[in-house]
Amino acid sequence: MAPSDASDTPTAIGNETDSKGRLLTSDGRPLRAALQRANRRRKLTALGLVAPLLAFILIFFAYPIVQMMWRSVDNPAVVEALPRTLAALEEWDGNDLPGEEVYRALYEDMLADEELPRAEQKMGPLAVRLNYEISAARSAIVRTARNVDEMEAPYKEAFLDAHRLWNDPTIWRIIEREGRPLTASYYVAAVDREYNAEGEIVQAPENRQIYVALFGRTFMMSVVITFMTFALGFPIAYYLSTLPMSKANLLMIAVLLPFWTSLLVRTSAWIVLLQGQGVINDMLVALGVIDDENRLTMIYNQTGTIIAMTHILLPFMVLPLYSVMKTIPPSYTRAAKSLGATPWTAFRRVYFPQTLPGIAAGGVLVFIISIGYYITPALVGGQDGRMISNEIARHIQSSLNWGLAAALGTMLLVSVLILYWLFNKLVGTDSLKFG
Amino acid sequence: MTKKLKLIALSSAASMIALSAAAQDPVSLTVVSWGGAYTESQQRAYHEPYMAANPHVTIINDDGSANALAGLRAQSQAGNVTWDLVDMLPSDAQLACDEGIILEIDHDAMLAPAPDGTPASEDFLPGSLGDCFIPQIVYSTILAVRPGAFEGEQPDSIADLFDLENFPGKRALQDRPGTNLEWALYADGVAPEDIYDVLATPEGVDRAFAKLDTIKDEIIFWTEGAQAPQLLADGEVAFATGYNGRMFNAIEVEGMDAAIVWDGQIVEWDGWVVPAGGPNVDAVMDYLRFATDTQRLADQAKFISYGPARASSAALVGQHADLGIDMAPHMPTAPANYYSPIVLDNDFWADYGDELRERFANWMLQ
Repeated sequence: MAPSDASDTPTAIGNETDSKGRLLTSDGRPLRAALQRANRRRKLTALGLVAPLLAFILIFFAYPIVQMMWRSVDNPAVVEALPRTLAALEEWDGNDLPGEEVYRALYEDMLADEELPRAEQKMGPLAVRLNYEISAARSAIVRTARNVDEMEAPYKEAFLDAHRLWNDPTIWRIIEREGRPLTASYYVAAVDREYNAEGEIVQAPENRQIYVALFGRTFMMSVVITFMTFALGFPIAYYLSTLPMSKANLLMIAVLLPFWTSLLVRTSAWIVLLQGQGVINDMLVALGVIDDENRLTMIYNQTGTIIAMTHILLPFMVLPLYSVMKTIPPSYTRAAKSLGATPWTAFRRVYFPQTLPGIAAGGVLVFIISIGYYITPALVGGQDGRMISNEIARHIQSSLNWGLAAALGTMLLVSVLILYWLFNKLVGTDSLKFG
Repeated sequence: MTKKLKLIALSSAASMIALSAAAQDPVSLTVVSWGGAYTESQQRAYHEPYMAANPHVTIINDDGSANALAGLRAQSQAGNVTWDLVDMLPSDAQLACDEGIILEIDHDAMLAPAPDGTPASEDFLPGSLGDCFIPQIVYSTILAVRPGAFEGEQPDSIADLFDLENFPGKRALQDRPGTNLEWALYADGVAPEDIYDVLATPEGVDRAFAKLDTIKDEIIFWTEGAQAPQLLADGEVAFATGYNGRMFNAIEVEGMDAAIVWDGQIVEWDGWVVPAGGPNVDAVMDYLRFATDTQRLADQAKFISYGPARASSAALVGQHADLGIDMAPHMPTAPANYYSPIVLDNDFWADYGDELRERFANWMLQ
């Protein structure tokens, strides 16, 4: 091997050098170039090996996420449907109803849209978009547009006759505000805020605030579930780690069994157990612990969600804990005891600190999975056991406000990333041990 | 010798059948519907007879109707339409129609006339046809009561649903504002025909939510149509709201013990739309003409208690195919049941749905 500073020391014995004193290989090329080339080839090979996975992740993971985030600010509906109206609105003072020229421009926009083939018409998406901001905007646009070819000047009067909303400066403020290709309004709605008449962002009326409280609840429930899996999982993992391999494997199957059962089956099993006329309540009534009228409500609420999710996520805590505990030599605890520590002190000061990487890994895993959990809260959550993912799903599937769903999803993603970053700062990801 | 001849004759006949079938390329149609007892009724009344008459067509059922509009939008945006025919609600159909992602229907040209020659546009019940929408049935959301839940007087009105004093116990309601807000106002004394006028005012909305507040602690929410009869059958609730066909199925076919309250039934259409840019539009149109004719709509009522959307079908509604019971009294539109209906106003929900859904979600969380 040539010394690393070979190019500066041209007198190395046994190697040829060129006129500038650079080291050459036996076939006369500069050594540095040859090394770089070999290096590059190695890198290309490595890239070739990971390329399929990388492409897969980019196409099916990164790209949809970026697209989802894009949707939360993308706002094409008004710009595409009302170019003339937006131009005319530039002159408007924003207080009273706009003048005749704006109504005329709106008429022209609607008339031009009428002539397009149905699939290219923009009034439908516009109506849907504006209805998120103000109720009845949908019928204002759709009904007016349907009869627009019969309209005659003066257009302001014609529009005021067509629908009451055209008589409200609010809809004009919304058209002006949303007449840009990017919007913040989905994020404004996602933190329970709205725009007031002056265009300032203010708290939404109390009876329409949903998401902040729901985010808070989702975090709280995830913390509780993480703690419950820890409290149940730690003793199991400890016991497993003290058993001989053959027995430990058998018990491990019992821990893993839930993994091999369909999520829906497990959740339904909890419904059978916990419901008012379910197994547990029937048993308690039969034993006389509670009477028939006062059956416990353990499902279709927060309790049900926490019980079912703790059971489902338990293996994610037990496995990292077990794999870490397996590597802790029992001699350490024995040594502590022989040096005079009580069993409790030995556990607290010697054994427990060594399990921290496993606790951290299990905790992060369970917490991040539960924060985005969907199907179990949807089935057994009732009213107060619902989580933010259920609202996201509702906006994707039934209310069809994909922009708001994307904003909520992005906020969830970012908050998980922040938590992960915080965790890394406090504990350090290199101390994670997943097994 | 004769055996051999027979064999040859048989095989040549078989090859001729095969040839004539091959003349029409095999088509497979993906029909999206609501699943369960409802898809079953379509399978038996429409799909099976059509496939028997057109052996080259295979019909595949997809239970995606609960999210039909989201699915149509996604397929249209991706430029890859895989659904051929979709069963959906008229409010969603109108939205999809406005967005241009489903085909407009020329009802008289595309649909079969009634047997007496009445054109389709006059034969379908008034107000049921949409620009892109072909109704099949009229269904209603009704209240069902578990008879064992109460001694003595039994509930027989929507007002009783809100009466915790005389009728205590859990109630299963659908987890959306539609139907619940209407009933809250109806129970609070608003006449059926005034409900949407009241609900369009902020005071009316407050009034509806205040009424719902009175029973809130006793509500269990359901999401899927099949959950409501299940909750009743499990004895989890004393009352459940649900689709009348599902309740009929649970009570008459599966033998569940429950009684239907027809007071304040909320009536709505359900029907077909054709996605724009679908792979087999011609084949679908041929199927639609068959599946929405007078006889087929009447046939569906043999399998589920939803009323046919054609006036000419009413007289042909007979008995249940398996049970042999008379179906007419179980129809939501039967005179004995149709005494205080609330007709669901799709325009209202298209306009106020976004805001009310938000408020309802907030209310559920409180």
